[in-house]
Amino acid sequence: MTTPDLATAAGSAPEPRIQTPLGEFWRKFRKQKVALASGAFLIALILAAAFAPWVAPFDPAAPDYEHVLEGGSALHWAGTDAYGRDIFSRIIHGARISLAVGFLSVSLGGVVGVLLGLISGFYGGRIDSAIMRLCDVLLAFPGILLAIGIVAILGPGIDNVIYAVAVFSVPVFARLVRGSTLGLKASVYVDAARAIGVSDRLLMLRHILPGTLPSVIVYFSMRIGTSILTAASLSFIGLGAQPPSPEWGAMLADGRSYLGVADHLAVYPGLAIFCTVLAFNLLGDGLRDALDPKLRQN
Amino acid sequence: MLQYLIKRLLGIVPVLMVISVLVFGFVHLLPGDPARLVAGADATERDIALVREDLGLDRPLWEQFVRFVGGALQGEFGTSLKTKRAVSEEIGERFMPTLWLTAISMVWATLVGLLIGVLSAVRRGRWQDYGGMIVAISGISFPSFWLGLLLIDAFAVRLGWLPTGGYGEWQHFVLPSVTLGVGVAAVMARFTRSAFVDIAREDYVRTARAKGVHERLVVWKHTLRNALIPIITMVGLQFGFLLGGSIVVEMVFAWPGLGRLLIDSVSYRDYPVIQAEILLFSLEFILINLLVDVLYALANPEIHYK
Repeated sequence: MTTPDLATAAGSAPEPRIQTPLGEFWRKFRKQKVALASGAFLIALILAAAFAPWVAPFDPAAPDYEHVLEGGSALHWAGTDAYGRDIFSRIIHGARISLAVGFLSVSLGGVVGVLLGLISGFYGGRIDSAIMRLCDVLLAFPGILLAIGIVAILGPGIDNVIYAVAVFSVPVFARLVRGSTLGLKASVYVDAARAIGVSDRLLMLRHILPGTLPSVIVYFSMRIGTSILTAASLSFIGLGAQPPSPEWGAMLADGRSYLGVADHLAVYPGLAIFCTVLAFNLLGDGLRDALDPKLRQN
Repeated sequence: MLQYLIKRLLGIVPVLMVISVLVFGFVHLLPGDPARLVAGADATERDIALVREDLGLDRPLWEQFVRFVGGALQGEFGTSLKTKRAVSEEIGERFMPTLWLTAISMVWATLVGLLIGVLSAVRRGRWQDYGGMIVAISGISFPSFWLGLLLIDAFAVRLGWLPTGGYGEWQHFVLPSVTLGVGVAAVMARFTRSAFVDIAREDYVRTARAKGVHERLVVWKHTLRNALIPIITMVGLQFGFLLGGSIVVEMVFAWPGLGRLLIDSVSYRDYPVIQAEILLFSLEFILINLLVDVLYALANPEIHYK
């Protein structure tokens, strides 16, 4: 890592180049070829999802009884389902649901978790132990069990899945941010800010929060993968998105009835989930190496 | 050690109290009136009032809670709304299939994960390492229900070697336990590799090598034994993952276990069963965590619980 840096520094112009944090991040991230490819795949997927009505060759809901359960062809790339609906178009529209569930649930859980972590680390004492015990209890449950419990209360449906999946991201972020807050709280610049009378709220949000962001971003990417997977599982077992919806997990549940008759129904939606989750995980790995090598240990 | 065990067992009590309050409150969080749910869709107001009295839902909240906890302590959770049988009976039948499924998956996944992890660490930077880690990250990202469907398609529908689902003979166990274990094997492989690489940097490993200990002994005795300490913790954490994963896998393979019972009862809003299941899952999880801590103490000679 250090030798090529020295070499370029020696070879380039003598004037010192100022490294912005963003430039520094990009310099390291650029070397992660796998993560770059994953990022590119995800950007393409996000664009396809955003412009789904224009990208998808067919209407995802339009039945076509002339072409039922057909395999892949030049016309229907991934084949058609039992109603003659185009699977490829349904997968592109389904990306909207999966990506939205992933981003919304992790954002929701992340914001709550980060705030709890900041408060917990900053104030310490009783507030700290109360919040951390709460996190212990939440973490003690397998994520999907917790989500099923919440869906049982709120009722099945994709909106409720977002809340259910958000809840189990909260303790992860809270613990992470609490840890970094404890370290940053003791740093000289925070002491200096406190000495000139900066309020607690401003101390937390302006001086400590930015320091915790690198690890938060890494976890954000990784949690989205997990959340998409959990949401698809819930839809698969019938507690999430309901059948006419082109949600990937629901499509797979549908495909189960046609195993051996029309295998492609059970192949392509699963492939979509796998590639998306894998891309978020690989991106997370790359971000971690570029932003926060210390996290590597875990 | 015994004192430590007793202390830990006592420590479970407050946690169980909190969980039972949550599980009890659960019924009152459910949208709608439980009595109306029990009485059925075309019940009259009078029927509903009778059911409410019958279930004790007209009593003050604290009295209901005391009755709930008293019943739970005796393994009594009322009757299922769906089958009208005792909840304890329903759960009793489903308990062993789930236990077997998770135990078998855990054992093979841990062994395979360890093996891949050690191999990757020993052959660091070579093709075995890259191969192992590609398999591992794919395993983590693989939706278990999709893997289950693909396995059913290949080995049951096409080849006809194994049944598509159900419970009974050893053949029934193969596909579900493979499906359930893959995620754990992947996590174990990744974790073992990093734990192993950390330990391999320690001075005593270098010393062992320097004094001419055989390489195989260095790997399996000096390094792996010490790497086992963090690995045991990880195994414990994975049990939660398995319990959760078993819910989905049981749905795929029509496995008559606790997970499928839970989903059925959630769809039917069969709340006595849901309550009992959540309590049982929590208890199981707490006990496993305790077991892990005890194993941890046995594996790590530095820790002596006084």
